[in-house]
Amino acid sequence: MTSFLLRRLGLTVVLLFIISIISFFIVTLTPGSPYPWGELNPKISAEVKANFRKKFHLDRPLPEQYAFIMRDLFTGDLRSIKDDRPVMTRIMERLPATLALNLAAILISLSFGTLLGVYAARNAGRWQDMAGSFVAFLFIALPSFWISYLLAIVLVKGFHVPILGTHSYGIEFPNVFAAGLDTLWHLLLPATVLAIGGIAAQSRYLRATMIGTLREDYIRTARSKGLAEETVLYKHALRNSIRPLVTGIGMLLPALISGAVIVENIFAYPGMGRLGYEAVLERDYPTLVALNFVVAALVLLGNLLSDLLYAAVDPRVRLE
Amino acid sequence: MISSASITPETPTGRILRRFRADPMARIAVLVIILFALLAGGTALLSSMGVNWPYNPNLTSLEQKLLPPSPSHWLGTDNLGRDVLSRMLHGASISLTVGLIAVAVSLGIGVVVGAIAGYFGGKIDQILMRSVDALLCFPTFFLILTAVALLGPSLINIVIVIGLVSWTGTARLVRGEFLTLRETEYVKSARVLGQRAWTIITRHILPNAAAPILVTAVLGIPDAILSEAGLSFLGFGVQPPQATWGNIIADGKTYLLDAWWLILFPGLAILIASLSFYLAGDALREAAESRN
Repeated sequence: MTSFLLRRLGLTVVLLFIISIISFFIVTLTPGSPYPWGELNPKISAEVKANFRKKFHLDRPLPEQYAFIMRDLFTGDLRSIKDDRPVMTRIMERLPATLALNLAAILISLSFGTLLGVYAARNAGRWQDMAGSFVAFLFIALPSFWISYLLAIVLVKGFHVPILGTHSYGIEFPNVFAAGLDTLWHLLLPATVLAIGGIAAQSRYLRATMIGTLREDYIRTARSKGLAEETVLYKHALRNSIRPLVTGIGMLLPALISGAVIVENIFAYPGMGRLGYEAVLERDYPTLVALNFVVAALVLLGNLLSDLLYAAVDPRVRLE
Repeated sequence: MISSASITPETPTGRILRRFRADPMARIAVLVIILFALLAGGTALLSSMGVNWPYNPNLTSLEQKLLPPSPSHWLGTDNLGRDVLSRMLHGASISLTVGLIAVAVSLGIGVVVGAIAGYFGGKIDQILMRSVDALLCFPTFFLILTAVALLGPSLINIVIVIGLVSWTGTARLVRGEFLTLRETEYVKSARVLGQRAWTIITRHILPNAAAPILVTAVLGIPDAILSEAGLSFLGFGVQPPQATWGNIIADGKTYLLDAWWLILFPGLAILIASLSFYLAGDALREAAESRN
């Protein structure tokens, strides 16, 4: 266990190093001006430009720039080109909203994905299975921005409910409970849209594993004992097909954060996806590099957690 | 006595055809893909001959702006009075082109990396696969968005960036196939005969890994189409006035509550095209996996 954790930690450091290099070179090697005011702005004197370059180490060779960015990232001195605030503060402000959104999306993906996957697997080869596959592929093929707008048209036009931001503006809530419900409602829509692809992916993985599990002897034993079909499916078969659900959490994360760029943008949700999109628009190099780094660290952490969780739910697995 | 017909192994093509004959959903999907390709190709051909059917996609007419679907404009008009159907027909060729070229790029890189890692193994394999792991930690779409936004959005940049970012799945798959296939008798004998690595990889191993590679290619097309649509939506896709399915929706979002047809139809086109590729690819995967 300890040696497993140590090795994983070593691997994580190596991966983060590669990731930081890739994201650094993507933002620095591409053409374009790092100045927030534009390269050829005549109102900016050469002195101001020189000071700016010096401040953000842009006058140094690339390897040195990389070293400066990484040092500042870890000491917390890395500042955004846009508003000169520490990058880590900007990211941490968005972290709670991002975590809430992603956790909600993961919960929705796993629960509905499980139901759909089990339904398809128990009817394998029949029309219900084909319908399940169709629904799964339909979900994967749904452009998230499109379904968001259709939902917005229906909800706003039909039911006059607010959908933007994290809470309703201009309303005094009588108590914390009502305010909490309001926040939850604002979380629900973007999380659902974000989860659509995850539901499909989880159901496909689970269906494949579960079809194999349902052929096992212990399932026949459970059935011949006269257990209810639901008990056989959800207690005996699902437990032994849990792997895709658990490993899926780690794999879902990058996809969710990708999806969040679009979904947070539409629903004006203040998460890290929107921060990234704004940083792209502003060519805010330090924020982009730091954001990629933090997201990658979150993904690696998610992977590690899902491996540990996997070992916890499946006694056959040993972490060596 | 066993008749000769029963011991003749089924050809891969025969297996795929049988699979598609047995699966009406996959058959419809293939027909839809052909239909989209014909519409896109036909529109491009006609407009290169100077014929614009039903209308010129860039012809603005402010008296006719934001008209709902009607017999003269089947799918309505946008805020500049341009015919939505004409713009969607022109957008179809962009989507299909992006899908095909991006997949070609990602397949090229993925097959080379996977083949080298799987065939040679050892240190090379370690280095290549750790890089793949690192790339998998990036949120793909965000990486594409960053690169395209910084490079400047154009059709060429978009297909190259999507291709450069999405080869990791192919590389892993090809590596896995190579790890299995390099231990087979025929590869071992080729090695004993002193054939060069290049010959063994291209002549002996790659053809036997063709089926799963084809499947990832088909499943990669809709991924690229959806990525382009997302980029277009955020304003970093193929630039106006060139119409794409994504940017019709992006332009239409301002009129969200007044002109639903600007959102509904192009989105349906993206959905139906991607869904067809996924269904066809999945049927192909089942045909490829049912060998042995």
